Amino acid sequence: MLDNTQIERLEAEAVNSAKVRQPLYAPRKKIFPKRASGSFRRFKWLVMAITLGIYYLTPWLRWDRGPFAPDQAVLIDLANRRFYFFFIEIWPQEFFYVAGLLVMAGIGLFLITSRVGRAWCGYTCPQTVWVDLFLVVERAIEGDRNARMKLDAGPWTARKLVLRVSKHAIWLAIAAATGGAWIFYFADAPSLIGEVFAGTAAPVAYITIGVLTATTYTFGGMMREQVCTYMCPWPRIQAAMLDENSLTVTYNDWRGEPRSRHAKKVQAAGQLVGDCVDCNACVAVCPMGIDIRDRQQLECITCALCIDACDGVMAKLGKEPGLISYATLSDYNANMAVATAGGSCSVNPSLVRTGSGAFSDKLAHFHIRKIFRPRTFVYMGAWSAVGLALLYSLLTRDRLEVNVLHDRNPQFVTLSDGSIRNGYTVKLLNMIPEPRTIVVTMQGLRGAEMSVVGIDLPADRSFAVAVEPDRLKMLKVFVRQPVDQVGSATQTFKFRVEDKASFETDEYTATFNAPEIVR
Amino acid sequence: MSDEHIDEVSGISTTGHEWDGIRELNNPLPRWWVITFYITIVWAIGYTIAYPAWPMLTSATKGVLGYSSRDDVNNELAAAEIAKAKYAAAIQSKTVSEIAGDDALREFAVAAGSAAYKVNCVQCHASDAQGSKGFPNLNDDDWLWGGTAEQIQQTITHGIRFASVPGTRLSEMPAFGEIITRDQVAQVSTYVASLSGPVQDAKLVEPGAKVFAENCVACHGDNAKGNKELGAPDLTDAIWLYGSNETAIAAQVRAPKHGVMPAWVERLGETKVKELAVYIHSLGGGE
Repeated sequence: MLDNTQIERLEAEAVNSAKVRQPLYAPRKKIFPKRASGSFRRFKWLVMAITLGIYYLTPWLRWDRGPFAPDQAVLIDLANRRFYFFFIEIWPQEFFYVAGLLVMAGIGLFLITSRVGRAWCGYTCPQTVWVDLFLVVERAIEGDRNARMKLDAGPWTARKLVLRVSKHAIWLAIAAATGGAWIFYFADAPSLIGEVFAGTAAPVAYITIGVLTATTYTFGGMMREQVCTYMCPWPRIQAAMLDENSLTVTYNDWRGEPRSRHAKKVQAAGQLVGDCVDCNACVAVCPMGIDIRDRQQLECITCALCIDACDGVMAKLGKEPGLISYATLSDYNANMAVATAGGSCSVNPSLVRTGSGAFSDKLAHFHIRKIFRPRTFVYMGAWSAVGLALLYSLLTRDRLEVNVLHDRNPQFVTLSDGSIRNGYTVKLLNMIPEPRTIVVTMQGLRGAEMSVVGIDLPADRSFAVAVEPDRLKMLKVFVRQPVDQVGSATQTFKFRVEDKASFETDEYTATFNAPEIVR
Repeated sequence: MSDEHIDEVSGISTTGHEWDGIRELNNPLPRWWVITFYITIVWAIGYTIAYPAWPMLTSATKGVLGYSSRDDVNNELAAAEIAKAKYAAAIQSKTVSEIAGDDALREFAVAAGSAAYKVNCVQCHASDAQGSKGFPNLNDDDWLWGGTAEQIQQTITHGIRFASVPGTRLSEMPAFGEIITRDQVAQVSTYVASLSGPVQDAKLVEPGAKVFAENCVACHGDNAKGNKELGAPDLTDAIWLYGSNETAIAAQVRAPKHGVMPAWVERLGETKVKELAVYIHSLGGGE
């Protein structure tokens, strides 16, 4: 019998040993953003008021278009396939205007991002704006950061229940109003709101409100920064738009490091100390819960609230603002080089200051010139080109159009007197909300005359047709040419339409077919 | 794993997946993500209970909500029938001329007639309504039995030489090959051809005119303009059902071919016949 010590020990380890096992799923760390104050916060309030105002109020603006069109300034009329935007009315075939605007929005996003980083994320993205709004409610009910953390950690008391229920109730009310506002873009808002509350609106209206209420409540109230970090593709894409000359929220460790909570003591001990007092104010206000001092991160939406927080602390300490600031990577690198004496030592804040304590004039500062660089010129050029093309197209677009379909089967018909007849479907587009009388005239095609199905008049070269407001009128037209006038197997001529009142005209060049050999 | 790799920059272990030196960090997923995944599984199970899903031997589970895409189609078809009903009622109560005079009704009748034409008429009259060889062109202004909307309706209703139905048109041209001589056939054929164009042998025209006056004017008229009561074609125009040269005309004089068209009212009903008549009339506006 062998004893324990005599058994050979093998070098073996379980593949899923607890030593190397990592959790597959990470629980979310709760974030309790502190209220910030300062110029960026004020700017964000302003942006929030404007964007929310536009969203909630636009459907209620009126715009008089006369008796034959709706009077809602912005209306997407899906049933009738019309889009109204103040003085512009768009038919389905003009949808390229919307596509063009989307292209402009895309290029505009590139332009803004290459200049000032993720300004879209930080200021105007609906996710940011609504989260901000939800946070206003949260702070008003549960208090600021510390009170909220205490409440969250504390046991479920009657007070906590009341606070939580009222918070979620207000959130839901905001979410419902958000979902509710959406549907007003698709129907006459004043009449629809009555129908919604009377329960007589279309099911799709309630479904839309329900879905948007749920998403607003979930994304704005519950998920918040998780949406930006895990669901949104934009943080991944925007890296391609940023370069070393793009402004972005930066912790200037060339003046902040080495950070210390006991600056005086450390300084007295003869050690270097930077401007950062490690108060964590920048972390506490961050809605994404990150530390900007860890440098540029995917999670950072550049809302700039850390700048406000830090500037407040710097002011209290009597130091210059801008420890955290909008800066470009090239300026940051230049200043880092100054602070580290070209990379030969770790950050030495005394190198960026002169003997009197003021900043050295070797420091790089952002210059407005950096906004204008080849990249932004290209974006600006593309953006302006699309914009100008759309504008030109809009200003010169026709509100009276004619489209013609030539009958193909049969291509032509020989009549009893030998003359040749071709059939056409002529579509008159009256694209204004007024009834019009349109004169359709033939130009060219020797000796030919036309007759219109449903109009009991002798054949002629011109007809007056009444067209309803904002409608398409389809005419079946027969064009007949005497046999001795037929020039060749294929002739061209024009259908010309004219509104005698407004002098608008349009033309369509059509072909007239005849058999190869005409007797 | 003993050969676990830790990324130097982030200090996070990697999954072991590597592409050209690029390794995948083993960052944990957010927990809500996996919870969402479980919710979708629960949802999917609920969905297969609520809606038709599981294949069985002969059919599939019906789902507790009783949804059926076939019912959806039937409902849509029923709704379309209801939407069409007011037009159908108007078409039933109005004459074809009245229908053709009303823009909305005409549009509906033309669409319905066009569909019926494609099913019932193209076999002889062709998809372009120009007619297969020996069948009349419905686009032109030459109508054997009349080209007003009412006359077209009558033709479609009762047919042509469709003996089993009362009210059909029965008149036929006699086979003149048994009545007049071969020479007379040649003469009259040349004369008829001369009415609408040049002929090969002008000498035959004068005797032909005499033969025509003796044998043909009863039906085709003194001026050879035809007679729609009898379905006798106009012989002076540019349109020829069986050919326009002397040979073709002679063949038709000797032993004429006669088209037969079925009566359609029994099969299609009066409303459909009216729609067809309006459609046919719209092809060229009749005469």
